[in-house]
Amino acid sequence: MTDKAAPGSMIHHETAPHEPVFVGPVLAKLEQLFDKYPTKQACLLPALWMVQEARGWISEQSIAETGQVLGLTPAFVKGVVTFYTMYHTHPVGRHFIQVCTTSPCNICGAEDVVQSVLKETGCGELGTTSPDGRFTVIEVECLGACGFPTPLLINDDFIENVTPERVPGLLQGYK
Amino acid sequence: MGYPHPSHPKETVVLSKYFGDVAARTFDGWVKRGGYEGLKKALAMTPEAIIEEMKASGLRGRGGAGFPTGLKWSFMPKGDGKPHYLICNADESEPGTFKDREIMRWTPHGLIEGCAIAAYAIGAERCYIYIRGEFTEPWSVMTRAVEEAYANGALGANSFGSGKRIDMVLHRGAGAYICGEETAMMNSLEGKRGNPRIKPPFPAQAGLFGMPTTINNVETLSVAPYILMKGAAWYKALCLGNPKSTGTKLISVCGHVQRPGNYEITMGTKMTDLIDMCGGMRPGRTLKAVIPGGSSVPIMNVQEVNGCIMDYEGIVAAGSMLGSGGMIVMDDSTDLVYQIMRLAKFYAHESCAQCTQCREGTAWTTRILERILAGKGKPEDLELLMDLADNMTGKTICVLSDSCAAPVVSGIQKFRGEFDAYLNKLRVPAMAEAR
Repeated sequence: MTDKAAPGSMIHHETAPHEPVFVGPVLAKLEQLFDKYPTKQACLLPALWMVQEARGWISEQSIAETGQVLGLTPAFVKGVVTFYTMYHTHPVGRHFIQVCTTSPCNICGAEDVVQSVLKETGCGELGTTSPDGRFTVIEVECLGACGFPTPLLINDDFIENVTPERVPGLLQGYK
Repeated sequence: MGYPHPSHPKETVVLSKYFGDVAARTFDGWVKRGGYEGLKKALAMTPEAIIEEMKASGLRGRGGAGFPTGLKWSFMPKGDGKPHYLICNADESEPGTFKDREIMRWTPHGLIEGCAIAAYAIGAERCYIYIRGEFTEPWSVMTRAVEEAYANGALGANSFGSGKRIDMVLHRGAGAYICGEETAMMNSLEGKRGNPRIKPPFPAQAGLFGMPTTINNVETLSVAPYILMKGAAWYKALCLGNPKSTGTKLISVCGHVQRPGNYEITMGTKMTDLIDMCGGMRPGRTLKAVIPGGSSVPIMNVQEVNGCIMDYEGIVAAGSMLGSGGMIVMDDSTDLVYQIMRLAKFYAHESCAQCTQCREGTAWTTRILERILAGKGKPEDLELLMDLADNMTGKTICVLSDSCAAPVVSGIQKFRGEFDAYLNKLRVPAMAEAR
């Protein structure tokens, strides 16, 4: 099953010069959250998702900006950003692929799926971006879909029951 | 049902009745199926009466610890004038477990209803549902359902005209297994690194934002409407002989069975029966081991599986724990040493690095196992692993470290021959080089 459209849906990949994220509608969206939590700090994870949605990754300047909007220091924000694996602290390919390789999937052939994804994307090595900038591939620990091995998360599309044979066809949808 | 497969006659279908039924996802669809009656009934009761009903049902936490739910709710202070919070733990990340995902995907209103009942019972006006960042579809489904619940008056300042305020906020995680630990989740919700907190104080005294807080698992909360609608006596009767483990349990079965999926069993079902319900092992293969409760519990061998009754006490008696109900079934094709290394690697990756025993122990354990797998193990390595595991058990702020030790210790105790085969160079190295 393929899941479409979640929060912070599309990953954008432009790494244009930094422009403030929290202006206009994005700032308004963040400010709407302030009523839902007793502290502004509690909006930090949602705010970081907004940054990643807008810019594709979270730069030092975005860290500083987010801190400023929420009344936090850049060092504190950076400590939080680096704790969570889903925030990108470097630009990534247009399509970010996560392959589950934890034991339940591992015993059902997940490592073969990884090899197939690395080959088909041209990434060669885990964590790198393909030369055409199209894909970045990482292994991820348990995606919570162990009954449907092997699950792949491509951007926000959650794809179940992936076998090495299915990989080339699946990737065609991601230009 | 044994989602994604048709239900098996031996299942007891309560929570999973509408898995796969797209129409049950909408507010109207849920109401047509009898939904929100439990909440309406609850709002006409006193919080004390709801808690008594929950206690009488015998329901225990379905996230892993098995703590009695009604008792947990009763710990919340009364008349203290402080804001109270409910957190729904939807950070399902325990390897082998994929039940909360299906509850959110198919019966989002059932979860919202359960959260609303719990919030009212503990005197909370606000419930945060913390959903792991990778669960993109459950997030979309839940977002729509919460909007609908507000639009139809189930949530908001005046839930179903009762005068009670119940607000619900979805909060997205960002990739951290440890945030499923209750106090780590509180830190994460507060906008901090997800480091677990030292207890006491316990959440009911000082939890989220320092206020009295109750935190329950998705499956636990989803049961509440059924208990209120059908009565504690009905729920308590759903057991096969052990009154300490009542009701149904969603078991996520994965690995080498023919039909992996979520099976809803009555507490007390035999483990071998459940494996049969999943179509048994793959053709030509035989059972080697089962990890019954998510990756954090001890591995069971065939002998233990054969006599095992699946409830909280039954699985303990058979040498493991029910945990979250994530059951990993492994056949004779499995290299257990390799898979135990993969699990150790998981915990090493997910350690928050706060406690020395965990930060160092999970990494050392992984490296030693990789060394053994590379054919470079030393004769004293198993003793070293056991010694490490002892230092990692019961000595840290949370149980992540203990969870890493569990498969290692049980693996060495029950499947020693597999380790010895690598150590004695009777087996081709599974890895080229220890990293």
